[in-house]
Amino acid sequence: MDFDLMFTSFPKLLGATVVTLKLLSVSLLFGLFIGLLFAILRLNKNIFINKFAYGYSYVFRGTPLLVQIFIIYFGFGQIEYLRSTFLWVILKEPYWCAIIAFTLNTGAYTSEILRSAFQTIKPGIIEAGKSLGISSKIIFYKIQIPIAIRQSLPEYGNEIILMMKGTSLASTVTLMDLTGVAKYIISTTFKPIEVFIVAGGIYLFMTFIIHNVIKYLEKKYSFQ
Amino acid sequence: MELLAFGKTGWGDELFYATLMTIAVSVTAMFIGFFFAFIFTPLKLSKYKSLNLIGNFYTTVIRGVPELLVIYLFFFGGSGAIMYVASIFGYFEYIEINAFITGSIAIGIISGAYSTEVFRGAIQSIDKGQFEAAKVLGVGKFAQFYKIILPQMLRLAIPNLSNVWQITLKDTSLISVTGLVEIMRQSYIAAGSTRDPLFFYSFAAVLYLLLTFLSMKLINRLEAKYSRGY
Repeated sequence: MDFDLMFTSFPKLLGATVVTLKLLSVSLLFGLFIGLLFAILRLNKNIFINKFAYGYSYVFRGTPLLVQIFIIYFGFGQIEYLRSTFLWVILKEPYWCAIIAFTLNTGAYTSEILRSAFQTIKPGIIEAGKSLGISSKIIFYKIQIPIAIRQSLPEYGNEIILMMKGTSLASTVTLMDLTGVAKYIISTTFKPIEVFIVAGGIYLFMTFIIHNVIKYLEKKYSFQ
Repeated sequence: MELLAFGKTGWGDELFYATLMTIAVSVTAMFIGFFFAFIFTPLKLSKYKSLNLIGNFYTTVIRGVPELLVIYLFFFGGSGAIMYVASIFGYFEYIEINAFITGSIAIGIISGAYSTEVFRGAIQSIDKGQFEAAKVLGVGKFAQFYKIILPQMLRLAIPNLSNVWQITLKDTSLISVTGLVEIMRQSYIAAGSTRDPLFFYSFAAVLYLLLTFLSMKLINRLEAKYSRGY
């Protein structure tokens, strides 16, 4: 066991953790909006809108995240037309490509989580709102959405942890996130176990924090 | 479409074999995962705190660390570990392990952590009375597990195991980083030599969708089979 290597690689890996956290927080933020949007579309009575939203979540949940990143990073660069538009400013950066892929991926899972939360809201709650003379728009924004978010907290917590692990794929498109730096140190020192312990420890610590924050929020917003 | 032709002119046959490789790795990894679940589920359900700790350590670490990091550990550390063991027995030559074996074991260990959780949940949700009834009737421990607990557990576990299968299938795309020629690696090679990444990666996505779709159909039939009588 090479403890010196563990000590010297720790600050480097900690620096790379910032990149991981940035990728995670930005894609979760955008992903939540997309997830909410598509969850609402899924509840739409129009069959085309409904099927479109279902197709989106089916495709993104049925294919590996790696394929999605590669399509966006390597694939979209091939389209000549895209290269001439302003979109190219975003798509030529691996950072934004990774964010787009993560956002669309987490959006698909989030939309499923929120949809099932919307569907489990008791009809009595909506009826109570109606009988109090609250308009259906306000019922939706002030009653249905908050309840749905509370209902989906435990599952969304899992999704955050899955997404945190997913950000490790950013290292495949040249980004130096926690896994990217860990791989670099492993391939230069050939000491995989030491680096795995440090990098894995950082990931586990983040998992631990996320898990406990979600637990706290669940308790804080519980109905009892 | 010419790009997908079989034979020397296209990538059809290469991608076909790559798909078979993905299926082979996923199935092998799933079984390795069952093997790990078979060891760690009893540990997690044990009365002894120290055994619980070992079981919990395995599932927590594997489920809290990115799959890619685990794969790098096995890819870079696998042959080193084997060589270390071999050196104890007096063998000092360089040993390289096959990418298929490394990949299957790495994915298998990940899949095993998820399977362990599924089996634990399934066993815990079996009514306590079932265990007690078996004891009262004088059924042996072995028969109790195989004839009473296992059939009930499988019915409860299959829906969740289908999720584990999906995760495992998608995780196999990550072993392309070790150079094993499965769908993702083959698409990478094809995209590189034809300069058409959009087409080949999209086609890879279609292949994965097809695999998930077909396996879901199969699992649904299995589920129906094990749920008869309910």
